[in-house]
Amino acid sequence: MEKRAVFRSPWLPYALVAPQLAITIIFFFWPAGQALYQSVLLQDAFGTSVQFVGLENFSALFNDEGYIASFQITAIFSILVAVSGLAVSLVLAVFADHVIKGALAYKTLLIWPYAVAPAIAGVLWLFLFSPTLGVVAHALSTVGVNWNHVLDANQSLALIVMAAVWKQISYNFIFFLAGLQAIPKSLIEAAAIDGAGPVRRFATIIFPLLSPTTFFLLVVNLVFAFFETFAIVDAVTQGGPGQATSILVYKVYHDGFKALDLGSSAAQSVILMTIVITLTVLQFRFVEKKVSY
Amino acid sequence: MKRRVLFAVAAAIAITALPARAQTEIQWWHSMTGALGDWINGLANGFNATQKDFKVVPVYKGPYDVSMTAAIAAFRSGNAPHILQVFEVGTATMMAARGAVIPVTELMTKAGYKFDPKVYIQAVSGYYTAPNGQMMSLPLNSSTTVLHYNKDAFKRAGLDPNKPPKTWPELVTAAAKLKASGEKCPFSTSWISWTQLESFSTWHNAEFATQRNGFGGTSTRLAFNSPLHLRHIENLANMAKQGLFVYKGRGNLTDATFWTGECAMVTGSSAMYGNIKRNAKFENGISTLPYYTETAGAPQNTIIGGASLWVMSGKKADEYKAVAGFFDYLSRPDVQAKSHQDTGYLPITTAAYELTKKSGFYDKNPGTDVSVQQMIVKTTDKSRGIRLGNFVQIRTILDEEMENVWAGKKEPKQALDDAVKRGNEQLERFEKANK
Repeated sequence: MEKRAVFRSPWLPYALVAPQLAITIIFFFWPAGQALYQSVLLQDAFGTSVQFVGLENFSALFNDEGYIASFQITAIFSILVAVSGLAVSLVLAVFADHVIKGALAYKTLLIWPYAVAPAIAGVLWLFLFSPTLGVVAHALSTVGVNWNHVLDANQSLALIVMAAVWKQISYNFIFFLAGLQAIPKSLIEAAAIDGAGPVRRFATIIFPLLSPTTFFLLVVNLVFAFFETFAIVDAVTQGGPGQATSILVYKVYHDGFKALDLGSSAAQSVILMTIVITLTVLQFRFVEKKVSY
Repeated sequence: MKRRVLFAVAAAIAITALPARAQTEIQWWHSMTGALGDWINGLANGFNATQKDFKVVPVYKGPYDVSMTAAIAAFRSGNAPHILQVFEVGTATMMAARGAVIPVTELMTKAGYKFDPKVYIQAVSGYYTAPNGQMMSLPLNSSTTVLHYNKDAFKRAGLDPNKPPKTWPELVTAAAKLKASGEKCPFSTSWISWTQLESFSTWHNAEFATQRNGFGGTSTRLAFNSPLHLRHIENLANMAKQGLFVYKGRGNLTDATFWTGECAMVTGSSAMYGNIKRNAKFENGISTLPYYTETAGAPQNTIIGGASLWVMSGKKADEYKAVAGFFDYLSRPDVQAKSHQDTGYLPITTAAYELTKKSGFYDKNPGTDVSVQQMIVKTTDKSRGIRLGNFVQIRTILDEEMENVWAGKKEPKQALDDAVKRGNEQLERFEKANK
C-alpha cells in the first residue's frame, strides 16, 4: 500500500514546506554560494582590493604541502573516529541489551555525554590529560608512559580522537540498542538451539541484521568527524603540535578568521564540501547495496 | 489612500529612528578583559568628563583576532566602529587597507592639534609609522619581551637572586644549576616567534626580514635562517634535549607556569607583571632579554607586542574631531604615566617615562623599568619594528616548525629553512592580494 498524502488545496503543501526551504536556502545555499564566489577571488582583508584569479586559490592549495598533510591527517582522524566510535558503542550496546538489573541506569549514563557540547568535551579531556596537572597524565607517568601531547604528535591525535569518540558513543549507542532490540528473539534462539555460540550468532545473524543501522551511523560519524570535531581541535590542540591535528575544517577556520585570507579559506571550504558530498554519494551508491533490509 | 497611509507610516518610522542629538557616540572596539578592561573604561570615562558633546563608548568585542574579524565584517557592511584596537601582527593588514583607515597624523593635523611624532618613544611609535613618516595608528598598550625569573628558586639552586643571567650562555649555566637543585622546568618561553626570533633579531640588530623588516614594502622576504638565528635555535634545541628548556605550548600558555612556580625562568611579555604580582607566592625578578655578547651591536632594543588604536574611515568630520581630542587626551603625560604604572605596559611618551621616574615609582617597584630601558634607545633600520603581511599565518608556521625541533622531529636548520620557505609563500600571497 503506497502511503501518500493528498492535498486538495494547490498552495498548502508549498506553504507548509516553505519555512524549511527558507531555512535551507538562507543557511546553506546562500553561504555556500558566497563561498563559491569568494573562492575565485583574491582579496585583502577589508575587501578594498578584489581581484578575480580563477582557480589560482585552488592550485595554490594543492601545491601547499601543509594542505596535503592536512588531507592525510583528516583521513586518518575520521577513520579512527568512525571505526572506534562504532566498535565501542556496538560492544556497549550488545552488553546493555543483555543486562536486566540496572539496565536503565547503564543506558542513561551511557547516553549523557551526548548532551555535552564538543568544546566542553574537548576541555574535559584536556584537563584529564594535561601534562602539568592532569589526573590521567599523572597516572600514566607512574606506569612509565611519558604523556606530553603538547609535543608528541601521536599523543595529541590520540587525545582528540578520544574526546571525539567519547561524545559520539552515546549517539551510536542509542541507535545500535534500538537496532538490536528490533531483531526478533526467535531467530537468535533458533540459532542457539542449532548449536551456534554467541560469537557465531553475532557474526552471522545480529551483525547483518544491524547493517542498516551501521550504514546510517557510518555516514553520520564520518560527517561528524569531518565537521563537528572543529570545536574539539580548537579547544584542545589548536592544530598542533607541528601540524599533527590540523584537520581540514580547522584549517578553513584558521585561514579565514585568524589569518584573514578569505579566498584561500573559501576555496578550502568548497573542497571540503565536495569531499563530503562525494563520500555520501559513494556510500549510498555502493555500501547501500550490501545493506540487507 | 492606501499609499498615503503607507507613506505616513514610513515617515513616522524614519523620524523616530533618528538618534536624539544629545551626545554623539564614538564607538571604540577593544579586546581588554578583567583589570585591563577596567583600565579602558577608566580612560573613556576620563575623556568623557572633559567635554559634553561626545561620548566615547568602549565595547569589548572579543580577543584581538575575533574583534579584528568583526570590525572587517562591519566595515564591509558599512557599520565600522570609529576606533579599533588592533594587535601588532595585524599592522600590515591594516596599513594595506587603502581607504579603510585614516592615519593618525592626518586625523590630528586636520583637527588642528599640534602633532609631534617625536614625543613618542621611537621604538614604540616606529612600529606603527608608514614609510613616509606618517604615524598610522596610536600606540595604546605596548609591552616588550623580558626575562621573568623566580628569585626563591635561584636561592635554592645556589644562584645569586640579584644577578640574573644576562647572556644566553649564562642562562644555560643557571638552568643547569636549577635542574640540579630539583627544578623540573628550569626555563621556558611564551610566544616563541615573538621572544626567540623577532625580539631576538632586533635585540641583536639582525634582520628578521628583508627590506628593513618589511617597512620597505610588501616585497619583503624572511631572513631568520641566518647563522646567528640558527645558532640560537640549535642552542635551544640542545637545552630541550637536556631538559633545561621545557616547551609548554603556544601563545601565552606558558605565562601561568611562571607565576604558579612551575617554571623558574620564563621569557615573555612585560605585561605579565600584573598577574605575577597578584598570583606569585614567591619573590620574583625581571631582567632584560638575554643576548649573545659576540654579536656586534647587541644589545640594541627589543620589539613591542600589544596593540594600537586605528581610526576607521567613513565617519563624519566632527566625529573625527572628537576622536582626535580623545587621542590627545590619551597622550597626556599624566594619563600615560598612570596607565603605565597601573598595567605594566610601556609608557608611550618620553614625558610619561620621566614623570614616572620622578615620582619614584621605579624605586618602589624594582624591575618595572627593565622593559622601558630596553626600548628607550635610538632604533636602527633593523630594529624599528616588523611589518609583515599574513603575519598571523607566519607566526603559526613558526610555532609548528619550532615544535618539530623541540620534539626532535626536525633539525634546527631544516626547520628554519622550511619556515622561511612556507612564510615567504604567505608574503608572496599578501603582496599579490594588496597590489
